Amino acid sequence: MANLNDHMGRPIVAVTGIGVVTSLGVGKADNWAALTSGKSGIHPITRFPVDHLNTRISGMVDFLPSSSKGSSHLTYELAETAAREAVAESGLDSGDFGGPLFLASPPVELDWHDRFALYNSNDLDSGGERLLRVARGLKELDFFETTQFGSIAGRLADRFGTRGLPITLSTACASGATAIQLGVEAIRRGECDRALSIGADGSATAEALIRFSLLSALSTHNDIPEKASKPFSKDRDGFVLAEGSGALVLESLETALARGATILGILRGCGEKADDFHRTRSKPDASPAIAAVRAVLADAGLSQDEIDYVNAHGTSTPENDKMEHLSLSTVFGERIGSMPVSSNKSMIGHTLSAAGAVEAAFSLMTMRESVIPPTINYDNPDPAIVLDVVPNKKRNAEVRTVLSNSFGFGGQNTCLVMAREPV
Amino acid sequence: MSSPRDVVITGIGLVSSLGEGPDAHWQKLAQPGLEPMLEAARFAPYTVHPLPEIDWNLQIAKRGDQRQMETWQRLGTYAAGLALDDAGIKGNDELCTTMDMVVAAGGGERDEAVDAAILAASESRNDRDVLINEKLTTELRPTLFLAQLSNLLAGNISIVHKVTGSSRTFMGEEGAGVAAVETAAARIRSGQSTHILVGGAFQTEHSDMLLGYELAGYLHRGPWKPVWQRQGAEGGGVVTGSGGAFLVLEQREHATSRGRKIYAELGPVVSGRARRPWGELDAQIAALLKQAAVPNGKLLALSGASGAHTATIAEKAALDANPAIAARGFSTLTGHMKEAQFPFAVALAALAVDRKAAYPVFDAAAEKPFEGVPATVLATAIGYHQFEGMALVNAA
Repeated sequence: MANLNDHMGRPIVAVTGIGVVTSLGVGKADNWAALTSGKSGIHPITRFPVDHLNTRISGMVDFLPSSSKGSSHLTYELAETAAREAVAESGLDSGDFGGPLFLASPPVELDWHDRFALYNSNDLDSGGERLLRVARGLKELDFFETTQFGSIAGRLADRFGTRGLPITLSTACASGATAIQLGVEAIRRGECDRALSIGADGSATAEALIRFSLLSALSTHNDIPEKASKPFSKDRDGFVLAEGSGALVLESLETALARGATILGILRGCGEKADDFHRTRSKPDASPAIAAVRAVLADAGLSQDEIDYVNAHGTSTPENDKMEHLSLSTVFGERIGSMPVSSNKSMIGHTLSAAGAVEAAFSLMTMRESVIPPTINYDNPDPAIVLDVVPNKKRNAEVRTVLSNSFGFGGQNTCLVMAREPV
Repeated sequence: MSSPRDVVITGIGLVSSLGEGPDAHWQKLAQPGLEPMLEAARFAPYTVHPLPEIDWNLQIAKRGDQRQMETWQRLGTYAAGLALDDAGIKGNDELCTTMDMVVAAGGGERDEAVDAAILAASESRNDRDVLINEKLTTELRPTLFLAQLSNLLAGNISIVHKVTGSSRTFMGEEGAGVAAVETAAARIRSGQSTHILVGGAFQTEHSDMLLGYELAGYLHRGPWKPVWQRQGAEGGGVVTGSGGAFLVLEQREHATSRGRKIYAELGPVVSGRARRPWGELDAQIAALLKQAAVPNGKLLALSGASGAHTATIAEKAALDANPAIAARGFSTLTGHMKEAQFPFAVALAALAVDRKAAYPVFDAAAEKPFEGVPATVLATAIGYHQFEGMALVNAA
């Protein structure tokens, strides 16, 4: 009889369904095959013209029916696609899920194409005044829905039959991890037996790209797109904007076992700590990231020696990778030099609001398959960052536990620990 | 019966067209026949309740920090500072670094001049995608993105007020405010947290913020009317207001051990999402009232009703169906503050409980008097478009 409660007496949270979409493809099988063969999904931008842009590459998802329909529609389709795979795998009713929904998704705004369409349908007034004039004559809710922050979660709630008020959240690039954390916490508090946690981001518009470019956050290595994302390398020059989605069905171990579900992994712990240093930069001593890693270990009831592998945030920005290394080497000490630490973002780019969920999905697969996906493009190591990044080629290894890091603008630091087996 | 893990309210930070702080709001709202502060010209045909004059320096000491934010983030950071001050937490390193935070946020203000220039140019150009690239790469202020980003209200609160235990931002109009309060309360009740900052802000004085309602025709047009009296008038019934509301929620034991004044206890917080196109709203509101276990006997209700016709009719009918309930539609005096609406309702409910007095009617034609001391007050937020929530606030 398995232990059903954790070291703090809380219900153990199991994963019974996993879904994922990235620029590498739809679903776990295609993604895993590409990821473990070191294939990159980064490619030239074709969705919109790249005139005047310094960055002309991305990891956009260009192969879905909604890929050209604006960020709200694409984000919904990404979320729906990943959740469909996860719920199907769990064996639960895909139209009557019966637990709460936690959705990490990007902030929404009226799409430029819609702004143009509205504006040019009238010629009175100008600017915002004209948009308002046109808006009050609209008969359909299509434009409106894309501007409501709760719309995507509302549609997903209808689609999957989740319970209650769905929560849409943003903790910037940590959002996907926060969605999982909220699900774990709801189950631990006994509010529900299961939760659907999704991170989805289809917001790689021209304006999004320009905004990140203006902050000097993006790689401009346009010539060989698949080589642009190079976490922990000396010549890394920014992240590659990308899209994707990850979904997990979380259940209390007790109810999952009772219904005979396959246990795909355990969500052992969640930890977070906010940074008060700067809007985009981390405290130089990395103390908030260190505190987040220590918090997740404490929550999981594991010592630093019990983490087998780190699924790094590893964005390929000069700042993040340096800070992440500092935090890991502080917590894990000398052991960090011999511990595998790899970045999925070397292949899929930075899926922003989805990243924490996508990477949690890959972390769980890493344990199940006993294969660690590599950090590709590791040709020119940063001598200041001494890590075993699983360079360029996958590695077969028994992995019992994974630490997955997510750090974001606005001082967001969230870490998850997953385990292959219940204790 | 009080318990050590009760959720109590120990800090309130409020800003609206009526002024700032709990005392100013109580003094104004306790005046019978108070007239709303209205701005009817700037956004005609829409009326809004504008921000009062605010000396940002009082809560955001560094000019550099103020410059990094647009008004929405400044407003939220300011209201959060008021709540932290009120709870005796501001400046206390130990309490701030262990304090959790849940912020309800939408998006911030776009650059209206840049957008208007692009729209104007689009009338004579067909290469509109290139136009976007051309203008945005050269005319956007680089840090404006951060001033718009939803989770950067929380980020700025961390930077300015040093609240760093944890930081989560919920999105989704009124529902975000409901879920933020509900989640914060659940964390305290389960022992996951001892003190949490929770709230939101809304800055309506920007054309995009009005557009977010008007794309579905939700805004009231023409002469202003109280929130319950907009049915049949021109437009969709919502009059918006700029404002912010933050609460410090605390575990009772934590609050008493540091000797803090307790405004009120936060009782059940309930929420839901009616599938409104399927006609579920009436039943949902009734179910939430039942789930909140509204006590027998007369009950004061601080209603966050927006004025949106369908939702407001449904809420009014549900509240009127219980003759013991005396509702106060505070949007009549503050306007609708979207993500901040529910935290604002809970704050006003806590003030009534604390002052041991009900608010006079905000609309003599539609509301009935309440005599006596309100020991329990209901706070509601029935979303103008979706999501519903309620809470009971009890005497400390």
